[in-house]
Amino acid sequence: MSNSAPVKISASDVKVFYGDNQALHGISMDVYQHEVISFIGPSGCGKSTFLRCMNRMNDTIDQCRVTGSILLDGRDIHEPALDVVQLRAQVGMVFQKPNPFPKSIYENIAYGPKLHGLAERKADLDDIVESSLRRAGLWNEVKDRLDQPGTGLSGGQQQRLCIARSIAVSPEVILMDEPCSALDPIATSIIEELIDELKQNFTIVIVTHNMQQAARVSDRTAFFHLGNLIEIGNTNDVFTNPQQKRTEDYITGRYG
Amino acid sequence: MSNLSLIVVLLVLLALGYQLGMARSRKVATVNSDLRMHSRPHHYGMMVGLWAVLPAFFILILWLWLSPAIINSMMLSQLPATVLALSADELRVVSQRISNLANNFGVVADAAQWELDAAEHLRILKANSAMVLTSLMAVIAAVGMLLSLLKITPRLKARHQVERVVKALLILCSTVAILTTIGIVLSMVGETLKFFSYIPPSEFFFGTTWNPRFSTVGIGEQGSFGLVPLLAGTALIAGIAMLVAIPLGLMVAIYLAEYAPVKLRNTAKPLIEVLAGIPTIVYGFFALVTVGPFLRDLGAAIGLDINATSALTAGVVMGIMIIPFISSLSDDIITQVPKSMRDGSLGLGATKSETILKVVLPAALPGIVGAVLLAASRAIGETMIVVLAAGNSPALTANPFEAVSTVTVTIVNQLTGDNDFSSPQSLVAFALGLTLFVITLLLNVIALVIVRKYREQYE
Ligand SMILES: Nc1ncnc2c1ncn2[C@@H]1O[C@H](COP(=O)(O)OP(=O)(O)OP(=O)(O)O)[C@@H](O)[C@H]1O
Ligand SMILES: [Mg+2]
Repeated sequence: MSNSAPVKISASDVKVFYGDNQALHGISMDVYQHEVISFIGPSGCGKSTFLRCMNRMNDTIDQCRVTGSILLDGRDIHEPALDVVQLRAQVGMVFQKPNPFPKSIYENIAYGPKLHGLAERKADLDDIVESSLRRAGLWNEVKDRLDQPGTGLSGGQQQRLCIARSIAVSPEVILMDEPCSALDPIATSIIEELIDELKQNFTIVIVTHNMQQAARVSDRTAFFHLGNLIEIGNTNDVFTNPQQKRTEDYITGRYG
Repeated sequence: MSNLSLIVVLLVLLALGYQLGMARSRKVATVNSDLRMHSRPHHYGMMVGLWAVLPAFFILILWLWLSPAIINSMMLSQLPATVLALSADELRVVSQRISNLANNFGVVADAAQWELDAAEHLRILKANSAMVLTSLMAVIAAVGMLLSLLKITPRLKARHQVERVVKALLILCSTVAILTTIGIVLSMVGETLKFFSYIPPSEFFFGTTWNPRFSTVGIGEQGSFGLVPLLAGTALIAGIAMLVAIPLGLMVAIYLAEYAPVKLRNTAKPLIEVLAGIPTIVYGFFALVTVGPFLRDLGAAIGLDINATSALTAGVVMGIMIIPFISSLSDDIITQVPKSMRDGSLGLGATKSETILKVVLPAALPGIVGAVLLAASRAIGETMIVVLAAGNSPALTANPFEAVSTVTVTIVNQLTGDNDFSSPQSLVAFALGLTLFVITLLLNVIALVIVRKYREQYE
């Protein structure tokens, strides 16, 4: 990743509290445009929590409080004038467990564009649905059954449907929370190829527990531990030459 | 001894057998300390108790069932030949008189000497029967208890025996419930068939006038028993009730499930459910005294002619009554829609209300439909509100401002008052009841199927 790329998201001193329990202790990092950055770290270290900060999904959790600042294209996402709906259209999210709506495949994809008025006519909507499914590598499998329920697809297909659903609203950033944790190796590799392709147009933040996956798909890697950001750098450097003892322990599996 | 005291004694025996059995099994256990007892002491206790009580109880039931007939025939056999020559019906009257005499209830007119003798005879027979029963039960209980006490060995499978008795008991109880339902249906079917021997089913189901002339019973003057106006009235009132209850109930459910803070939800939900617990007769007053006049005045103010007792009054009040059926069930169903579904929608930039409208409600729809159908079957079966507030006029009308009558109200009308229970005027109530039963049963079945299907969706 050339460091000349513009900063897309800039977080500084982000702290998150669930009630009295502090989950993040001041995280600062930059995410560059059109890069793939992966978050790794032991379970419960706050990866998902930080990911949800970036499109304010933490707002949906009662008793969750976020402090610090997060800038998207230089603009604070917490400023009162900012419309959280717009923010989430710009910063899309793919969840750990595939969660297609109990609607047809077509309706699943068309849902977002309809909300945001992205298509004037039916033909435009059809185009968006087709191109999103194509980019998610799902078009050939479902083109003949667009009117069937999205919940009837296999787990891997459902996850690609969810990815297609989020790219249909043309976000600038896609946040993925362990998108492959429920998938078999073949479905996983399809999604990894997809991520490689998507980074031409999108900025991608991916949480993963799979070291190989992080090494394969991401330009940079961030290691979290107990609510702190321990190390962040080019993926190659982090995996071959970690600066911190804890990072090295975790990557080599010595972490207990 | 009276039957009641016999049962009390049996219960005491049960406790006694239990204690003895436990003590005995402990003793057996210490004697055979090398062997492991098959069951725990209380199993042996229970087994001994049951052996002491159950056979004796069985005898008691059998005796109570058979002895009256036997005693009666023994008594009859001693009567004078002239009396015995009477017909079976007259004989029944005679034995009724005698048993009244024996119980010192007294009879109409003076009792003849042979009647007094027979009554005395009957009294003696009864006393003997009670004595025989008591001693028989005592012997059987004692034998049962002793034998089972002696049978206690380490290898006796007391646990299995007790389990089997418990199982049989449970089966017996559920059978009683099921048989009762079947009995109700059968008795209604029987009476309904009798009714259809007077009035052909086609006239009943498709007739459009309801006018069951009470005073006259006879061919040609039978009156008309057309179901249609009653069903129409029922549908009208239930329809109005649903028009009130569905929007209100759904909004309450959505507010409680999606917007209300947890504390408010936990207090508001039971409060709303209270609505379903208010006796319906109270709703009836409310409709008659408050809502009816209010609607009439309101109608007058805007130039509508609304009867104080009308389909509208009954429907509105009934709608209020069934709000909790819809709101509570729908609230549960809406809360069951997984958070991941909402997150998916919110993550795409949908607002909260868009998410509810386009994702949560469609996902919950089958369950909500089930809730609505359950509420509808409740509305159709509702009686007291309609009796008081609908005006009781079985005319075929689609105007909600007029008085109507419903199936349930008509059943009440046909069965109350001095009435011959074999006239079509009364029998029609059973046909009406059966029709109502079938309709609500169908609604319930459909609702349950839908709700169950929905439950499986997310599992
Ligand atoms: N909704 C919530 N309510 C309360 N505490 C929460 C909630 N979500 C997360 N936490 C807490 O915040 C901390 C960080 O959780 P988070 O889900 O971010 O971890 P994670 O790194 O994503 O773990 P995993 O790899 O297992 O997904 C944990 O201690 C967790 O218990
Ligand atoms: Mg997580």
